[in-house]
Amino acid sequence: MSATEATTVLKTRFPGAIDRASADHPAVALPAADIPAALKCLRDEFAFDMLSDLTAIDWSQAASPRFTVVYHLLSTTTHDYIRVTADCPSDAEPSVPSVTSLWPGANWHEREVFDMFGIGFAGHPDLRRILMWDGYPHFPLRKEFPLAGIDAPLSDAAVAAETNVNLIPAPMAGGPFVASAGEMNLGAAEPEAKDESWNEGKPKPE
Amino acid sequence: MSSPADFDTEKMSLSMGPSHPSTHGVLRLQMELDGEIVTKADPIVGHLHRGDEKIAENMTYNQFVPYTDRLDYIAPLANNMAYVIAVEKLCKLEMPPRCQAIRVLTAELARISSHLLGIGALAIDVGAWTVFLYTFTEREKLYRLFEELTGARFTTSYTRIGGLMRDVPGGWIERVGAFCDQFLPILEESLDLITRNKIFTDRTQGIGVITREDAIAYGLTGPNLRASGVPLDLRKDKPYSGYEKYEFDIPVGTVGDSYDRYLIRAEEIRQSVRIVRQIVSNFPGGAWYAEDARRIFAPRKDKILTSMEELIQNFMLVTEGPQVPAGEVYFEAENPKGALGFFIVSKGGGVPWRLKIRAPSFCNLSILPKVCVGAMVSDVVAILGSLDFVMGECDR
Repeated sequence: MSATEATTVLKTRFPGAIDRASADHPAVALPAADIPAALKCLRDEFAFDMLSDLTAIDWSQAASPRFTVVYHLLSTTTHDYIRVTADCPSDAEPSVPSVTSLWPGANWHEREVFDMFGIGFAGHPDLRRILMWDGYPHFPLRKEFPLAGIDAPLSDAAVAAETNVNLIPAPMAGGPFVASAGEMNLGAAEPEAKDESWNEGKPKPE
Repeated sequence: MSSPADFDTEKMSLSMGPSHPSTHGVLRLQMELDGEIVTKADPIVGHLHRGDEKIAENMTYNQFVPYTDRLDYIAPLANNMAYVIAVEKLCKLEMPPRCQAIRVLTAELARISSHLLGIGALAIDVGAWTVFLYTFTEREKLYRLFEELTGARFTTSYTRIGGLMRDVPGGWIERVGAFCDQFLPILEESLDLITRNKIFTDRTQGIGVITREDAIAYGLTGPNLRASGVPLDLRKDKPYSGYEKYEFDIPVGTVGDSYDRYLIRAEEIRQSVRIVRQIVSNFPGGAWYAEDARRIFAPRKDKILTSMEELIQNFMLVTEGPQVPAGEVYFEAENPKGALGFFIVSKGGGVPWRLKIRAPSFCNLSILPKVCVGAMVSDVVAILGSLDFVMGECDR
């Protein structure tokens, strides 16, 4: 059965399901609570046996619903794709049910979405950051997060206390793609790799 | 003489990487060992995270092409192609045959280069130095061809939305054909060093077995999936860029162990050479860019300097970016490492609202906690080598 038939069946079986605009594959939008049941139906009855991708979209702080979680399923037999989406019911504490029980491969994808957007996955066995480090305070792919980043302690507090190292982020002069206007002081703008306070001429301070 | 009961049987934790020669980049494996048997493995990724998806939201579509070089940096030409096809699907653009053929040709050369590294690195991980030296010599020849075509050995940035950076230089196609002729005997010679080598087979056969069901459940793609017996190859099953025109076979494994993954890569190199030869012997003429793609592909340089309309078009393209209609598109290409996917959400204009990169290495590595358990520490090296991942792509 094709992906288009699958969307038709989903719409009859789940009352909240509606068609979603798509430039390529058939797509259907579902209420977040129906996601595990709908994906299980697609996997078991329509042979969409592989979870290709799981990600999220932030529609900006002004939008509501703000976050949409997107699933792309692939059938390894009919080679069709289908896109399933779900809006997070809450904008302040976004969360959708986890699908790790259907595909163990969803584990890392959901951790990544949590790491980047701060979207929770109810029922996830081990929901912690994956690309950023534990204890990182921000969600980088949210729209309010600036491209240049926000200064954050670069290691976790226990390491900082033990090593007594205070890490200073490299100067970025406003951001990675912003050229500093006005006077160009390249010496001060560039990160210095070498401590110039001592060299062959000046002895090393004790 | 003490009895076994007197031994201290406490479990040991071992951190492998992020700077370890067999973790191929900056993967860190936090393992728990019982003697030399792995009882728990937790891959720690993200050391190479650069925020590519955030960067993509802040630049025009063409400006992101160089960033795709840095995903799977072993096969940048294949990444370039996968990315622009995703954007072109959103624009509903069809490429002329010559452009499609050049893209397929470069992607297959990139696959040969990537698999040569994959095989060489696996061999070196299990102690066979020589293969690596042979395969790297051949990769160097490929890099010379890439440099001649794109101006760079590594960071090629060859494709553009709606076409390519430039046409192939004169005589280049013939040199690709000459490369294939001299390459195949050397390939067989270097593979012969390990295919029936007792040490190599002992180190890889029956190691890191991934069942068909697990491979699908964890979203494995590429040679790692096919080694487990799933004949899924997007070049055959979801043809793009004219792959349906070429004859090639899809090798499929039976056991799903490290040795099968090696064999699949070896055979895929031969099949890629087959595709390359078909293109070389029947290279299409005509335009190498979409001629009707105004507001998307840059006009010809000589016209920009002489004609007002083209000058304005070029100016708008550079400042505003290619004008892409609103919509959502997801495209996966069969890259050397697996299915590289781009999910693009556009609200119209020159900058994507959201661009998600589905990295095959990320999905392929997610099976490590399962496949490493029960293996010896030395087997972990053979498993990592045979999964052939790239951290630039995994961490993005």
